[in-house]
Amino acid sequence: MRIVPVLGRLAWRYLWRNHRRTIVMLSAITVGTWAMIFMMALTRGMVDQMIADGISVIPGHVLVHDPDFLDDPSIGNRVKLDDDELEARFGDAGFTAWASRVRVPAIVTSERESRGVTLLGIDPVAEQSFSFVDYAAVEGRFLEGVDDNGIVIGAKLANTLETRVGKRVVLMSQDPDNDIADRGFRVVGLFHANMEAYEDGYVFIGKRTAQKMLRIGNETTEVVFLGDDYRNVEPVYDKVVAAMDDAFRVSRWTEVDTYLGTMLKTMDGFMVVWVVVVFLALSFGLVNTLVMAVFERVREIGLMLALGMKPSMILGQIIIESMLLLAVGLFIGDVLAYATVRPLESGIDISIVGEGMEMFGMSSMLYPALYLKDVVMANVVVLVLGFFASLSPAWRASRYEPVEAITKVG
Amino acid sequence: MDITLRLAWRNLWRQPRRTWLTTGAMVFSNFLLVFMISLQFGMYGMMIDNTLQVFSGHLQVQAPGYLDDQKMRQVVPDVVPLANRLRAATARDTVAARGWAFGLASSEERSYGIGIYGVEPDYEPLVSNIPGLLQRGRYLDDMTAYEIVIGSVLARNLRVDVGDELTLLGSGLDGSFAAAVVSIAGIFESGIRDIDRSIAEMPLGAFQEVFYMGGAGHQVVVVAPSLGEVPALQASVEAEVSHADGLVVQDWDALQPGLKQAIQADMSSAFFMYGILVVLVAFSVLNTQLMSVLERTHEFGVVMSLGMKPGRLGRLVMLETALMGLLGLVLGALVGAAFTAWLGIRGFSMPGMEEMAAQFNLPSRIYMQPTFLSVMIGPTVVFLFTLLASVYPALRLLRLHPVEAMREH
Repeated sequence: MRIVPVLGRLAWRYLWRNHRRTIVMLSAITVGTWAMIFMMALTRGMVDQMIADGISVIPGHVLVHDPDFLDDPSIGNRVKLDDDELEARFGDAGFTAWASRVRVPAIVTSERESRGVTLLGIDPVAEQSFSFVDYAAVEGRFLEGVDDNGIVIGAKLANTLETRVGKRVVLMSQDPDNDIADRGFRVVGLFHANMEAYEDGYVFIGKRTAQKMLRIGNETTEVVFLGDDYRNVEPVYDKVVAAMDDAFRVSRWTEVDTYLGTMLKTMDGFMVVWVVVVFLALSFGLVNTLVMAVFERVREIGLMLALGMKPSMILGQIIIESMLLLAVGLFIGDVLAYATVRPLESGIDISIVGEGMEMFGMSSMLYPALYLKDVVMANVVVLVLGFFASLSPAWRASRYEPVEAITKVG
Repeated sequence: MDITLRLAWRNLWRQPRRTWLTTGAMVFSNFLLVFMISLQFGMYGMMIDNTLQVFSGHLQVQAPGYLDDQKMRQVVPDVVPLANRLRAATARDTVAARGWAFGLASSEERSYGIGIYGVEPDYEPLVSNIPGLLQRGRYLDDMTAYEIVIGSVLARNLRVDVGDELTLLGSGLDGSFAAAVVSIAGIFESGIRDIDRSIAEMPLGAFQEVFYMGGAGHQVVVVAPSLGEVPALQASVEAEVSHADGLVVQDWDALQPGLKQAIQADMSSAFFMYGILVVLVAFSVLNTQLMSVLERTHEFGVVMSLGMKPGRLGRLVMLETALMGLLGLVLGALVGAAFTAWLGIRGFSMPGMEEMAAQFNLPSRIYMQPTFLSVMIGPTVVFLFTLLASVYPALRLLRLHPVEAMREH
């Protein structure tokens, strides 16, 4: 094993013997590495943002519903446990956060127009994480408690309904007996959202007020739990499942929002594919470089073999040469990627294509996110595949017949 | 055959392994580019067609401001006669008048707020794919019948089926209370949840009666045979509409502003990736050609001292690269096109695509067609960058001094 440092030194010197070739190859590896990591940071940032937005539209990492609610979101399919029972079950169970809320389709009517919306009856103190609501920019005020008598609607909806803060609207939905449940509300606040669809589609009222209007006692339609990390909801999920029986459906957010759930998986796969594609494009150049490097010193290799160097050492030396080349390129590429992503982390404004991004389910700021595990993945993939790519030229070099190699005319 | 060309060709095969490796890099990138670009073009086309086919069409005549607010009183007066005039003016049947109102649809058990379109039963199937997506029952056929076609999710949530009755409640054009009982003629399933849950269609004549619209409606939809023919069609529609007071013609980009931008956003990230691939190939070529020039320094010195001009040597190196690039272009384009065409027959699908497809109104299998443009654009760019990469090695030759060059080795 004492031979390894010597081989390493040899490999390093060989690399710089033909510095032009090494520099060109290094540039290629650097550009490739930079592109791999930069692209990954953008994609990660995009997906993170989509998920952060998506989960917090209707916040909750783990959700409890009636088994039929997701398919048929009507008040009949509510969670038949009242708030006191929920408190008894989950109050001291040690969840990061949990809440129960009323969510049903409803119709909101002004003197002028009517629109279909999703009514959210919430506890504004327990839930302040509806990310689409820009709490700082609410005109008027947001809800103040579960008994709040006012309604908060989106600014876009207010425009359509031709209403404003201080005016009255009528909210109409159904009670459990399928009778119309309606009630007049004073508009106390208008919220602005990062996507127009939310401003159009949701209205907020106090949870207790909603329960009274819909005549459902102390019950709600969903109970939500937040964990610490949206990627790992299993601990929360297991805890909730243990506390609930078959009369309820416990879902992870990835099951409720299948688009986002799939997106997350697809993007993870996409990143590996991207790294492999870039590597393959690089690999042709890498193998070529090694083939040339071997070819131009066939005589030296023959001489080394004749002097008693073992073929395995020649093999090792060429592979070390290739690994050194890759390692230096990867290092420069990593540093470059870090240097370009860092200043962009405060956000890239992509509002030129904002409405298009809304179709993808994201807002118009992109925050690249550099994950250590992505960088490690890219580097490891390149080194491992690079090792295999350099096996063939290295093998050939170690198989030369010393006499033939020495006498070869260069 | 030209002597330089023959020299270049022979030089390439002095190191067949190196030439094949470099060509391999080109073929690999070209193959990927052809496949990805064909896939993208195919998807964009489908995204546009499928989105526009649902409701919006290519063009709509509306009252100003209706696009943003969709208010009941922003009407197109005498909408059916206008649609007739447009059919005559454009000599096409793919023109249909519509009204739209928000209302409460109630069955015996349930009520939901939905969007109700009043449509012309004869022409609606020509501008929208909803009539063709009927799952049960039949489409509307009588302009004045009190019938309705609803989405499958809505039918399930209302617990109704074909033949049942629905009560519609809403407000009319004048703000008065509007109500009607209609029977369900058919149930459609588009696969897009929002549409299946919240949209219904009824005959325009009946719609106008129920909502006190008089002869008015809210939009006239026009569909062109292809995207390319939209501008010409728009011109003839605009010429006709300018007679009618205060109406505007909106094109598909205005009707679905997210669509073009979604495509642009997707394109820019795709082009970044393509750009990287091309640059990596260019590096590979640069390396190969630089090496091949350096190792022939001695030889170049000899031919120069025999009277060959450095310019001609430079051309020789460029020609070698061009031949190699051409080989990569032809092979890459062929393999790429063949693979794409094969997928075009078999259909292309990947994990996770179903959910993505539903989000963007796409079928879950994509059948793509390689076109001349989608096949040639990637390989051509790769070829150009290949040539660019060989400029530096070629220029080095101009500075070559014969005597010094011959001393090498």
